[in-house]
Amino acid sequence: MNLEKVVFGFFIVFAATLNFGFFVGQLDNAQHHDIYELFAAIVVNLIATVLKFGDRTQIGAIHLSTSLVADLQLLAAAAVWAWATHIAGTGLDPAYTAKVVSLSGGALFANVVSVIILIAETIMQRR
Amino acid sequence: MIYGRHRGVIFLVLRRMRAPLAALITIFAVSVLGLTIVPGVDAQGEPARMSFFHAFYFISYTATTIGFGEVPTTFTEAQRMWVLVCIYLSVVGWAYTLGSLFALLQDKTFQDALRTERFAREVRRLSEPFYLVCGYGETGRLVTRALDHMGMRVVALEMDPAKAAELDLHGLYADVPTLVADAGQPEALRIAGLEKPQCKGIMALTNNDETNLAIAITARLLAPGLPALCRCQTTEVAANMASFGTRHIINPFEKFGEYLALALHSPSAFHLLEWLTGIAGNEVKPHRDPPRGHWVLCGYGDFGRLLARALDEEGMRVTLIDREPPPDGTRYRWVRGDGTGAPALLEADIRGACGVVACTGNDVNNLSICVTARELNPGVFVVVRQNHFGNNPLFEAFESDASVVPSRIIAHECLAILTTPLLAPFLTRLKASREDWAAALLKRLTERFDWRVPLVWSVRVNAREAPALFSLLMPAGPEVTLEALLRDHGRRDQALECEVLYISRDDGSNTLLPAGNYAVRPGDELLLVGRRPARSHLALTLENPNTLDYVLTGNDAPGGWIWQQLARRGRP
Repeated sequence: MNLEKVVFGFFIVFAATLNFGFFVGQLDNAQHHDIYELFAAIVVNLIATVLKFGDRTQIGAIHLSTSLVADLQLLAAAAVWAWATHIAGTGLDPAYTAKVVSLSGGALFANVVSVIILIAETIMQRR
Repeated sequence: MIYGRHRGVIFLVLRRMRAPLAALITIFAVSVLGLTIVPGVDAQGEPARMSFFHAFYFISYTATTIGFGEVPTTFTEAQRMWVLVCIYLSVVGWAYTLGSLFALLQDKTFQDALRTERFAREVRRLSEPFYLVCGYGETGRLVTRALDHMGMRVVALEMDPAKAAELDLHGLYADVPTLVADAGQPEALRIAGLEKPQCKGIMALTNNDETNLAIAITARLLAPGLPALCRCQTTEVAANMASFGTRHIINPFEKFGEYLALALHSPSAFHLLEWLTGIAGNEVKPHRDPPRGHWVLCGYGDFGRLLARALDEEGMRVTLIDREPPPDGTRYRWVRGDGTGAPALLEADIRGACGVVACTGNDVNNLSICVTARELNPGVFVVVRQNHFGNNPLFEAFESDASVVPSRIIAHECLAILTTPLLAPFLTRLKASREDWAAALLKRLTERFDWRVPLVWSVRVNAREAPALFSLLMPAGPEVTLEALLRDHGRRDQALECEVLYISRDDGSNTLLPAGNYAVRPGDELLLVGRRPARSHLALTLENPNTLDYVLTGNDAPGGWIWQQLARRGRP
């Protein structure tokens, strides 16, 4: 067992689960989507991205790119949330909630791809 | 240094920065999260928690030590307590990240990787023809400077960082991409553009025969058609290089032996050769011709052996002075000693000798031999071998009749081979010619161009190098003689300051010193000697149809289309 692999796998799966946790629920109902969960998803995603830095293999490159996509989507969701609560003056109404949640849905897709690659890589190695 | 990874600078940074960045993100996350949880109050004094947006804003400016104060409302004591923790956490985070980054920038491996990458990029972007110089020692420096002077680009490889750094100080016109690397490694040569189509030739000029051999093999295998010029000091390595088809192997001592033999055999031919192959712009002084008779040779090493043979073949009587008896049971007379003192020289009959050669491997001993020999016999012809360029002032002060400086000999030879390939067949013809013919030619050329080293160049009459002349001649055009062609394009009654030495035809025939009425044909390659302006004047004549027309006929044809139409209408 390799500790590096454990940490790596942990962060990738954790990023996907947190993202999923934020995403599930009625799309435009702010009650179903906790902002702390979004925050956690962003932080874990960023750390997962940093962990993928510097791998020169083909699979490493795909890993990194999926993570970057997820970061971008989640940061966009956070930006929309900040706009809605602090700048627009409307608060988190259903329209804004739907925007934030759907952006995080895109990130979830990227995270799922990341997990699939992780699984494929593990199966390929057969060790 | 790992060449295979030279493109990985960005990956190297990313990999090294993984831990610090992860730490920084964690610290930010913990700080922001804490700030949103710790109870605070809003503007009206009601209990409220800070939003993520405000928390992130606050932590961002606090962590980066900007510090705007407590925004949006004054903090509660609990919030202040947490902010205290945050401040120290973030200082640690930044210190760690920046420390890692600076350590990485200072790292030698990283800097090497950066330098290699920059070099590789410079070479990749080179779109002009260039020469690859391996080894920037004394020889490399002479060659580089001369090539630069001629407007050629150079890429250099040098092992010693100090020597490589000198390149910037030498005030060359063009930028010379330089890599500090062992040129004997194929990967280094590959990064330096060995396989690029723009690479016109490679010169192995390091002072290590093994490295030169490795370069020769690499060039032979990776770029088979490329001219490779290799310096080598020993006959074994030369034979090895020749065995896999290295065409130009330059042994400075052997070359000097040839020169000395030529100087004895035909002094004028030797002067002519020296004048033609010197470094452009230098003055060649007509010096004393080596006399025929008895020669004393001090130091019977590799070089001594070559010289003794050259002298012997010219029919000179040779006496050797060496500490050891000659190993090969030679028939020359041998005197034990080192020649620095009078007794050995006297025993070798220096008073009755016409020439002395000091060719030991030690510069000080060589000079000492020469000084002693001159004291004993003031009229003696002195040939001295100079091993280190640093001793140049001593050798200049001594004023020997001929000095052997390996680096200069190699540089001359390289330049002659690379820049004017036609010079070699001409020199071969010259060496085989009669003395009075060479003397007459030398007199004529030096009277016309004086003793400064002239520019020697070659031109081929083809679509690329002489488009105007080529298209004029191609469909069975008029006869163009050399006399008519080599004229000033400003005043055609004046001849250009250059002369054709040799012409090589497509059909394999050659002409030595063609006469003025020689008709040029497409495909001819001309070897010219002259002054610098003549070269550019001739190039313009060969390129521009209007200039060519004026030079040949005297018509000053108008350039633009409208003027051409008007001129046509004016003519009958």
